[in-house]
Amino acid sequence: MAINVFSELQPKDLLFLGEAALRTLEISLTAIGIGSVFGAIFGWMMSEGNRIVTFIINAILDIFRSVPLIIQLILFDSFISIAGYPLPAFVSGTIVLSVYTAALVANVARGGVEAVPASLRRASRSLGLSYWQDLRYIVWPVGLRAVFPSWIGVALSVVKDSALVSVIGYVELLKASQILITRTQDTFVILTIAGLFYFALSYPISKASEYIERRWNQ
Amino acid sequence: MDYEFLWRPVFQALPQLLKASLVTIEVSILSMAIGLVIALFLFFARDSNVWFARFFANIWIEIARNTPALFQLFFFKFGLGAIGIIIDSYITVVMALAFNTAGYMAETFRGGFKAIPNSQLNSARSLGMTFVQAQCYVVIPQVLRAVWHPMTNQFIWVMLLTSLGMLVGLRELSGETQFLYSKTFRAFEFFAVTALIYYCIAKLMLLLFRLIAWRLFRGQ
Repeated sequence: MAINVFSELQPKDLLFLGEAALRTLEISLTAIGIGSVFGAIFGWMMSEGNRIVTFIINAILDIFRSVPLIIQLILFDSFISIAGYPLPAFVSGTIVLSVYTAALVANVARGGVEAVPASLRRASRSLGLSYWQDLRYIVWPVGLRAVFPSWIGVALSVVKDSALVSVIGYVELLKASQILITRTQDTFVILTIAGLFYFALSYPISKASEYIERRWNQ
Repeated sequence: MDYEFLWRPVFQALPQLLKASLVTIEVSILSMAIGLVIALFLFFARDSNVWFARFFANIWIEIARNTPALFQLFFFKFGLGAIGIIIDSYITVVMALAFNTAGYMAETFRGGFKAIPNSQLNSARSLGMTFVQAQCYVVIPQVLRAVWHPMTNQFIWVMLLTSLGMLVGLRELSGETQFLYSKTFRAFEFFAVTALIYYCIAKLMLLLFRLIAWRLFRGQ
């Protein structure tokens, strides 16, 4: 008598994948949020600071852009366990993803600040706006417009890159699909479903961003 | 912290790591080259009059851009494996990365080609060049210049993505590191050195691309 250790794909497995998709969304949105704030600060420092500040920040952030994310994740994960402060996979994944996001957003933000014409800023200052008012009412809206599509691009790439967090044990969409595959052996179908989930997360946002970009350029 | 760092196993394995980084470089160059060629075809297919070519190119580009590279790799490795198409890890990684690059670069090419006025193509055609000649001698060299910077970024990106090979059993730099780690259990030390090697490769590639650009586009 053969014992079947595999079980068929069931409707509730779709729910399992859906929950995992929410976890993908959760970790990537957290990382995008934290990373964008820090990235914007770094970007502002790089465009407004002196050469030395710019060089140092850029050199440090460049490391995170020049080392594969998967290596960063493994390195951080093994480091915190060496240090004796093991963190939940969600937390360490969020930290690494946030730093990675910040490194990418910093460049975008720098471009945004530099996209604001110097004459515009001088005009606002000579109208009596303080530096921070100029930043808030002139640089922010004008710069944001210039780099919003690139920022969306970064955010979408973070959603996709969050798939790598599975290597340190966080059960997000791709990891969940692997778990299901191990149980059901329905590789092709499950991978297709996982792919559709990613597509459904990413495609509408990328199209919306293209649409917004077109409208702004008119 | 009562952990003793042990770097000796890493230094002893350094020749293996460097050899594996050659695989990394090889895979990235191969995937980038194939991806670029496909990207050109996708770009022209997208503009063609044949609805099927347009449809096919659009599907390819949207899937490549809207799903994770890791998913694409898994699909080529395990998805196709499940329906009986079993491909060697090396080729799978090249296929997946070329698929990914083609999608992204097709989009980049669109921007690049848009920068060249149509009148140039028309003039070249009226001088007696065929469509392919006009593209190769007149349009593409200019496009190349326009897309050089995004292309460099894409290349670095592909190089970093080759690290996914470790998840499908390819012994490139990351895969080799993981293999050596499993023998010595020195995760931090090994992956720290690997990170350093990746950083150096990325910087070398960047330098190389700058040199090529300087050689290609000087005097322009």
